[in-house]
Amino acid sequence: MSNGVDLFDLSQKEREAQAAYRRHVLCCGSTACLSGGAQATQDAIEAEIKERGLEQDVRVVATGCMGLCSRGPLVKVRTRGEDDVLYADVDADAGRRIVDEHVADGQPVADGQLSLQHPFFARQERVVLENMGEIDPNRIEEYIARGGYRALRDAVTTMTPAGVIEVVQRSGLRGRGGGGYPAGTKWGLLAKAQSDHKTVIANGDEGDPGAYMDRTVMEDDPHRVLEGMALAAYATGAKHGYIYVRAEYPVAVRRLEQAIRQAKRHKLLGKGLFGTEFEFNVEIRIGAGAFVCGEETALMASIMGQRGTPVLRPPYPTERGLWGEPSMINNVETLANVPTILRRGAEWFASIGTDTSRGTKVFALAGKLENTGLIEVPMGITLREIVEEIGGGVAGGKAFKAAQTGGPSGGCIPIKHIDTSMDYDSLLALGSIMGSGGLIVMDEDVAMPEVARFFMRFCMDESCGKCLPCRAGTFEMYELLDAICEGRATAANLARLETLCDVVRTDSLCGLGQTAPNPVLSTLHYFRDEYEARVVPDTVAAAVAADAGGASAHERSA
Amino acid sequence: MPGVSLRIDDNEVDASPGESVMQAAVRVGVKVPGLCQMDGVSVVGACRLCMVEVAGTPRPRPACATPVAEAMDVHTDTEQLREHRKVLLEMLFAEGQHVCAVCVANGACELQTLAAQVGVDHANFTPPPSRLTMDLSHPRFGYDPSRCVLCTRCVRACAEVEGAFTWGVAGRGREAHLVADLGRPWGEAESCTSCGKCVSVCPTGAMFEKGTSVGQRRVKRALVSTLTSRRERESAREVLK
Amino acid sequence: MSVAAGPGAAGATPDRAPVRPDDDPRAALLEKQLKKVRYRADALIEVLHAVQDIYGFLSPEVLHTVADELELPPSRVLGVATFYHLFSFEPRGEHTCTVCTGTACFVKGADALIEGVSEAFGVAKGETREDGKLSLLEARCIGSCGLAPVALLDAAVVAKTTPEALVAAIRKVGVNGEAVADDAADATAGSDEGGAA
Repeated sequence: MSNGVDLFDLSQKEREAQAAYRRHVLCCGSTACLSGGAQATQDAIEAEIKERGLEQDVRVVATGCMGLCSRGPLVKVRTRGEDDVLYADVDADAGRRIVDEHVADGQPVADGQLSLQHPFFARQERVVLENMGEIDPNRIEEYIARGGYRALRDAVTTMTPAGVIEVVQRSGLRGRGGGGYPAGTKWGLLAKAQSDHKTVIANGDEGDPGAYMDRTVMEDDPHRVLEGMALAAYATGAKHGYIYVRAEYPVAVRRLEQAIRQAKRHKLLGKGLFGTEFEFNVEIRIGAGAFVCGEETALMASIMGQRGTPVLRPPYPTERGLWGEPSMINNVETLANVPTILRRGAEWFASIGTDTSRGTKVFALAGKLENTGLIEVPMGITLREIVEEIGGGVAGGKAFKAAQTGGPSGGCIPIKHIDTSMDYDSLLALGSIMGSGGLIVMDEDVAMPEVARFFMRFCMDESCGKCLPCRAGTFEMYELLDAICEGRATAANLARLETLCDVVRTDSLCGLGQTAPNPVLSTLHYFRDEYEARVVPDTVAAAVAADAGGASAHERSA
Repeated sequence: MPGVSLRIDDNEVDASPGESVMQAAVRVGVKVPGLCQMDGVSVVGACRLCMVEVAGTPRPRPACATPVAEAMDVHTDTEQLREHRKVLLEMLFAEGQHVCAVCVANGACELQTLAAQVGVDHANFTPPPSRLTMDLSHPRFGYDPSRCVLCTRCVRACAEVEGAFTWGVAGRGREAHLVADLGRPWGEAESCTSCGKCVSVCPTGAMFEKGTSVGQRRVKRALVSTLTSRRERESAREVLK
Repeated sequence: MSVAAGPGAAGATPDRAPVRPDDDPRAALLEKQLKKVRYRADALIEVLHAVQDIYGFLSPEVLHTVADELELPPSRVLGVATFYHLFSFEPRGEHTCTVCTGTACFVKGADALIEGVSEAFGVAKGETREDGKLSLLEARCIGSCGLAPVALLDAAVVAKTTPEALVAAIRKVGVNGEAVADDAADATAGSDEGGAA
């Protein structure tokens, strides 16, 4: 009996077991809802169900993220033959009420319901997040019951590695970590490399402040990441894989470790998979707090237990990577797209999005909006649709000022470009980047030089210190931005800031330094008046500095 | 092996494959500025002073780490490169405390020479705290972190040539600094063999022999490259025997 | 070994040699971790995490042990340990308040949280109060952006908080106002538990 048959059996059994229940209470158990008290809610719901003796009839599942994090804890009640009902802000009392009225008596509770027709849900298109809020991430059976590992089985047993790469290539999938490099092309490079020790690496070092897409995927659908990696390994001839996870994500680490154990037990990882020669193993490596480790060469240094300092490219990792062997680094979200692409076909995937940006993008929607949380939308959706429909508009009746994408490497999009299409090329044309998916909305109260100072402080703190322009340049730029924000900068200081932007962007060794000036350049481009309004004459700057007892920025960089 | 011909600042240059642009440039009398590059130790491309423009590439590349290629067209001294080098040197001055008048390396300092070449003549400094304390604990040598430019030549010479691994870089960003062993005073570093290679490769007066006063530093910067090339030659002969 | 000639030999515990790592139960835990990674040098970061879990912080003595056991140059161990933000070289306070300074939290007032806690408890950002009661730290985005601004009080998440609410939460776990002033106040007026609520 081949593994493929086992997989099908398992899937069938799980579906039958689930179908035996009349109702399912899906409790969001993601990090955001847990910090809002979701555990107490779930405990109350389970106790109430037990008290009423409904355990045979009703199944309670702790699922992954349902998306609308600002309204957690979220609970969904699913009944055979009826539409799902979603409840928001469910505390323990509300949870008991849901059991008493809805689960036991079939009368949905009127308060706290959120319509699933709300644009927040209706405007989304879920590929990467298709299992979020649907499955218990602790159980491999649930992933398999929703078609999991079928793409891997079919690829390994019926397709050639080159055939897999061809599908990924045709789908138009581009790297979701920020750069947007075509995934199929990268896979092709590793496939071409000659070595018995190739490695695929999943980059889960999601360091952008304001972004948590990858964390959610790793925590709430860990098998999807493993399956994506295994497909990449099969396609490229790698036998070994690493997942590099930030140490700040302990739940992701635990879930991935568990998923690896489960996959091994079901012979979905290891040797001789699906009765073929194909073998693949995965190890987890944990970071220790360094944003720069998201950079490919720094990440590999960190996996090897070294300081996470980037090294010069070329040679690229696909030529000389981990332990000097050909290696390939893909972002977690990129890999999480792959199983669905293989299962549903390159043409289906390519039909979503725009000509040059195919598929969907997951955004962590945050900032001053009514609805914040995790969303997945087709590329090419406009910023306005995200802000006004999905996000429900700016909170508190304030006016939209700008949206920031790409974190410390990105830029802002002002109101005049709110109708821009959200795709790699349009964002680049506006001086921002797609980045890994942080999308932060700012209202009229936010001062843009302060936003620039915030990101520069981040880059300064996160600079590895190896190359001079980034190490010293980010510091001097931060000092100048601080002087501007605090009203002790002159016009000469502003000019110096622009010079430094040019030097740091042009001469830095890695992407961190090369993109560190972006938030400054972007805010200067769209909101120059805010900078100029804060600039003071030399005499004033000197007086302010003397008052503060420090050297004026003017003195530092005359 | 067939040679490579390229153009550097409008000079035709013949080079061997594997050579860097910087090495090839020297042969036609073009000295590309640089601080971290040093013959005899590995290339890190960290100081970014040797950035040059290569026709057809979107951004400048470090000459020390860019291999020559057929028909490459390199410019080492454009207006933009000069302007950027000036800013980079200003940055170096700003993060250290470089006062030539009191420095042992006065007259034998690569940073000083570069500053004169590029035209940097002022220094506004605010060194980070990690750069402030002088280490005079070693019986023969001293280390003044405020004069360190973090080129890491000493780290590489110590590891790659001497094999002692005494020096390392600790901290990060602006707080990055050199440490001996576990960050104790140099004189207590058990791994240090007192070979002095670190001192000989230091481009500034950050590492010095004790007892030398202003301007007295003796320069033996070729020591490390001599050692490594001799080692390579002699071990090749061993193989032939 | 040079340790034997140290101050321990002067003899607060006359019939025992100075405490050596072998007598420390924590050393056994570390040994176990080292075995688990098979003393591989590339597991340095994992080992340093383990050291921090076991000892609470990275001391020079333990770093020395790690260098020896993994056969790594000490400068390399220190270089790696000081590169990553999560490693600490001093013991942390009894309680830790970590304010998230990710972008979403920044937009929603993380600076005010830090300032509020710093003023109310007399502890500087990034430091531990003199009496060892409270450490005030910053985190780079803990990924709960939907709940901004967010802080972690020990392991618990304090979501959608304000300076006042966060200060109240810290008092609730048993940290009083200014460290030095409290010592003086305690000596004269006894406990001020009532005031804290």
